[in-house]
Amino acid sequence: MTEPAIEMIGVDKFFGDFQVLKGIDLTVQRGEKVVICGPSGSGKSTVVRCINRLESHQAGTIRLNGETVTDSGAIRSDVGMVFQQFNLFPHLTVLENLTLGPIKALGLSRKEAEIRARKYLERVRIPEQADKKPSHLSGGQQQRVAIARSLCMEPQLMLFDEPTSALDPEMISEVLDVMTELALDGMTMVVVTHEMGFARKVADQMVFMDAGEIVESGTPAAFFDAPKSERCRLFLSQILKH
Amino acid sequence: MRLFILFAALLALSACGSGQVWGWYVIDPRTAQGWTNVRFLISGMGATILLSVLAAAISMSVGLIVALPGLSDRRGWRLVNRVYVEFIRSIPLLPMLFWVFYGLPIIFRSFGLNIPIDAFWGAVITLAISDSAFTAEIYRAGIQSIARGQSEAAQTIGLNYWQTMRHVILPQALRRILPPLANQFIYIVKMSAFASVIGMQELTRRANELVVTEYRPLEIYSLLIVEYLVLVLIISFFVRWLERRMGSDERAA
Repeated sequence: MTEPAIEMIGVDKFFGDFQVLKGIDLTVQRGEKVVICGPSGSGKSTVVRCINRLESHQAGTIRLNGETVTDSGAIRSDVGMVFQQFNLFPHLTVLENLTLGPIKALGLSRKEAEIRARKYLERVRIPEQADKKPSHLSGGQQQRVAIARSLCMEPQLMLFDEPTSALDPEMISEVLDVMTELALDGMTMVVVTHEMGFARKVADQMVFMDAGEIVESGTPAAFFDAPKSERCRLFLSQILKH
Repeated sequence: MRLFILFAALLALSACGSGQVWGWYVIDPRTAQGWTNVRFLISGMGATILLSVLAAAISMSVGLIVALPGLSDRRGWRLVNRVYVEFIRSIPLLPMLFWVFYGLPIIFRSFGLNIPIDAFWGAVITLAISDSAFTAEIYRAGIQSIARGQSEAAQTIGLNYWQTMRHVILPQALRRILPPLANQFIYIVKMSAFASVIGMQELTRRANELVVTEYRPLEIYSLLIVEYLVLVLIISFFVRWLERRMGSDERAA
């Protein structure tokens, strides 16, 4: 029997007195792609940040591959994370951004790490940018470098926190294309995004959050064509209008 | 700049004009006695430089060690940082120098330790510790100025706390805090003059000793000021060069 990649059971999270997550239950099977959407402040980013321990939760259980995560445990390097603001290291070249984790955390030699880095740069289709500093790349290129940086750790699971929200419109598709390819390769993915075209194409499960709760979840077909809740209908009508 | 030139010209004028006010003979390198005096004054340079460099190096190391707990999520650690910074930076340099030079050996002896503190080490310790409270705050500000996303990204690719500091945060922070750190170094060079009061043979002490025998304070202290000016200008040039090399002068992307 294979354990699910992620299991969240009754997860509560507070910032001070404010409850950001209220009893979150979410199961992600291996190889499954889950898209989380919802209005801003609904707690969707906090869900992915709790999964890889950038945030702690106050109640409930989170299991990764059947293993319960705790606050004392280190952030897992087998969980990749892509941020809205890329968070590339500006003082390092693209190649150094990619090799830092494999060399320091995985103990690869510089040579092995560079071979791996070039492989993933190829995969996100910017091998020629290896020696540039991130500030010399476009937003879309920077985000693809960030994806490659995560892939260099060869994670079992990738989390995306609004990966295209900080991008100019013409650069969104180049990032989504890379993510779609990753999905087709069988990567387990949890994606917070408002890109509904991408969601419809890639997602196995849609999750709609509002005010710290999962309001609705289901297959994309059911979710887009027949949303059950009023809040979800309203949200979809607002973001699909244009 | 123009004002400075005017001021320098006035000084020079008064030097040639009224022989009663100025008596440059005392440090005139063309005469045997003047040359001996100049060499005597300049011979304090090595001690001032060694003292400053050592004190700055210790201050920058201690400052970093003190700054890190100040950035912790835990209150206890932050308190350690606060107490150190507030306590050390409230002590004026001169009383601290007396305390270290005259008082610390007594404490050592009470523990049965026979560690003599000479003027040089007394000055190094005092300058370093006193300054470390300030460098600690510079480090803290510099590290805090690096966006949180940087350390989060470092954590998600498996780096631990020290690796994150060493490879991601500090290289970026150092580039930003180089100008204020250079300020502190210049400050140390100037404050090293206080070491003269506990008898350390550095620039100011040499000047004081010469004044006592030659009775020409105006000329001798003028030269002393020029000596510090030259030292500080050399440091400034070096720091500018370092800034260019590290890219501190670039605007953030």
